[in-house]
Amino acid sequence: MKRFKRSPLFWPTMGLCAVLLFDLIFLPGFFTIQLKNGYLYGRVIDIVNNAATLMILSIGMTLVIATGGTDISVGSILAISGAIVAQMLGPGQTARTPLAVCLLVALAVSAVLGCWNGMLVAVVGVSPMVATLILNVAGRGIAQLITGGQIPTVIYKPFCMIASYVPGMPLPFSVLIVILMFVLAELYTRKTSFGMFVESVGTNATASRYSGINAVMIVFLTYVISGLCAGVGGFITTSIIKAADANNAGYLIEMDAILSVALGGTKMTGGRFSLGASIIGALIIQSLTTTLYAWGVPPQVLPVVKAVVVILICLIQSEEFRGLLGRIGNGERKRAHA
Amino acid sequence: MEAEPILTMAGICKSYPGVRALSNVDFDLMPGEIHALVGENGAGKSTLIKILTGVEKLDSGRITLEGKDILPKSTQDAQKLGIGTVYQEINLCPNLTVAENIFIGKEKTKHGKIDWKSLYADARRTMKGLNLDIDVQKPLNSYSVAVQQMVAIARTLEFSSKVLILDEPTSSLDQNEANKLFEIMRQLRDRGLGILFITHFIDQVYEVSDRITILRNGGLVGHYRTRDLPKVQMVAKMIGKDYSDLVAMDRTARPEQEAAEKPFLRAEKLGRRGDIAPFDLAVGKGEVIGLTGLLGSGRTELAQLLFGIRRADTGRLVLNGKEIKIAKPIDGIRNGFAYCPEDRKAQGVIGELTVRENIIMALQASRGHLKRISRKEQEAIADRYIKALNIKASSQEQLVRNLSGGNQQKVILARWLATDPELLILDEPTRGIDIGAKSEIQKLVRRLAKNDIAILFISSEVDETLRCSTRLVVLRDKKVVGELRGEDMNENRVMRMIAEEVEQP
Repeated sequence: MKRFKRSPLFWPTMGLCAVLLFDLIFLPGFFTIQLKNGYLYGRVIDIVNNAATLMILSIGMTLVIATGGTDISVGSILAISGAIVAQMLGPGQTARTPLAVCLLVALAVSAVLGCWNGMLVAVVGVSPMVATLILNVAGRGIAQLITGGQIPTVIYKPFCMIASYVPGMPLPFSVLIVILMFVLAELYTRKTSFGMFVESVGTNATASRYSGINAVMIVFLTYVISGLCAGVGGFITTSIIKAADANNAGYLIEMDAILSVALGGTKMTGGRFSLGASIIGALIIQSLTTTLYAWGVPPQVLPVVKAVVVILICLIQSEEFRGLLGRIGNGERKRAHA
Repeated sequence: MEAEPILTMAGICKSYPGVRALSNVDFDLMPGEIHALVGENGAGKSTLIKILTGVEKLDSGRITLEGKDILPKSTQDAQKLGIGTVYQEINLCPNLTVAENIFIGKEKTKHGKIDWKSLYADARRTMKGLNLDIDVQKPLNSYSVAVQQMVAIARTLEFSSKVLILDEPTSSLDQNEANKLFEIMRQLRDRGLGILFITHFIDQVYEVSDRITILRNGGLVGHYRTRDLPKVQMVAKMIGKDYSDLVAMDRTARPEQEAAEKPFLRAEKLGRRGDIAPFDLAVGKGEVIGLTGLLGSGRTELAQLLFGIRRADTGRLVLNGKEIKIAKPIDGIRNGFAYCPEDRKAQGVIGELTVRENIIMALQASRGHLKRISRKEQEAIADRYIKALNIKASSQEQLVRNLSGGNQQKVILARWLATDPELLILDEPTRGIDIGAKSEIQKLVRRLAKNDIAILFISSEVDETLRCSTRLVVLRDKKVVGELRGEDMNENRVMRMIAEEVEQP
């Protein structure tokens, strides 16, 4: 327990528990899970399923932010990836192009877009916000071009299963994708020295370069990974709505992804990161949304309530704030004694 | 001097928490003179300037300008009084035009609009006054740094025209550009302006200045007429050794002399424009080569050129008979070089990472990120160097930013020793660390040299350099000006060389 308390996962987990505790007390039936035809259904399952895209995006975003950057193009890359898949599969019951080929092409394009971001930031030296703003804006246009201004629908069964259930597995398939992406990213960052180099470059880029680290390459790679994550996110989002909406798919999701990373405790200025903590951060955001809807908060005020809760969670995570609370508490106790 | 001084500062004192930055400094500036203010780093030059320009408030003392007491409260205030400053870094807007830069903030208006015609005419006249016939309607960044510097001066003169302070104006200029600046300085002097000139370049002090004021450790050493003060004496006064002492001083005990081994590394006419003039250097195993010279003399630039932080544009580097190309630090590391940078905090430590991670960083970087050193091996390496260098940390997993300066420096040393280097470059390895750690590092240098590691040792402290090195390379004004070995290695010779009074051996 003591070790867990020092782990980067501790405070994000506490935040998530706080939200879930609220649900447990005020929303009876929130945790009800039903088994129907061998598949699990329920609000909690919905949360995980709906958060899948965000969780995957938060993986790439964590790495980018750990180098001291930001990637605000992920929403647009997601839309492009979805548009490619939808366009290549076609609207029919059967696939125009084999599904695997569609997915690979979409992933390749996402990686190329990531390379573009990485080149601008790491090689050319454009500030990350500006560099990724280019695709943030232009990306939607590219997606429009791919879909020809339409919203192509997809009814091809195997693709639709991505965001729903696969025979023989009680959990939504997207959960499996999240786990797979997380394990891959965790292996790549922690079983090689990539993670350490990212933290090193994010902490002190000059010192890292002087130590022989190829900082340009490290930063470049984080944007490529972020692009790939957005590509995968595109599959899930498109699969959920069974259509590729160039304008609205993943609209503003980059903000939620950045927020997930912040909730996970990675500093916006770069340095130490934890992929697991960011994923919990993504779960906090989604469970908050689901909770507020379930509680009957009207959609118009939802962002306000969400903002307040997020600020609270961030404050609780901050060491300084906890120190302040502690001091105030002590002061009151002293006064009570006197 | 016959005239009354235009500016006097008397009994100036200034303390920062824990430090006495200036104590009882007097200074006066005549109209129509160029007055050089010199001193090593931390001597108090910049504090004095900051007080004069209203950036800092003085604790005690008086400043009088043309006989009247003044107390500048801000740079604007100082400008209004007639004291203008041009800083080392040009504080102008590069994408505005020359004219806009000169008059920004005091544009002439006609009917509420800027009167561009007369603004351009005025700007042209001002620049002509500085003997510069340029298109003032072009953006500033279309001109060289030297011209930009002139524009900065022009702007300052527009605002205030009694005292002009030039803070290291030549540090980013080449020789021709600097000469042009000097010409203008002389012109302005002849117009009756008092110019205060701050520079690290000794030759330039002697080229333009009429008088010199020397500061050391926050105190005044003295005022001198430039033509009455030999260069050697100026250097001695800056560093704080009396010239007569130097003559008498004996060589202190030094580690065993070099075995005159065959050099394994040779730099031939290696150089980079603006950083360091082409130089030759041969390095043998087990040698400790001290690089000495004043601040800004090119010591760090030379070291960084070898290691690959700066890329050479002329000459070649030969390692064990084979020419090698070094374009970035990793090339240096793969050839067995290591570099402990001067600015530990900004360039050395990676504060958010642990002691263990910091120690294995360079070794891991040389292997690339895919071939990770196993955790067990990492711990073994970290453990070995923590013990060998006596690093005081609560554990290997302590964050480096929580260590003391001396221990941080040792961690960086450990990082480089872990790569098993053949050439170790130490750039100011003992700056800002306590005496204990300092002597430990000096001892380590000798021990490493015994193990056949070649060391380039850079230090501002001449004593320390003499004590640690087997040979000295002297630099001045971004040039290697000579080498000292054996009997010639004493402070007297070093200073003479720094001040250019001895022909190269």
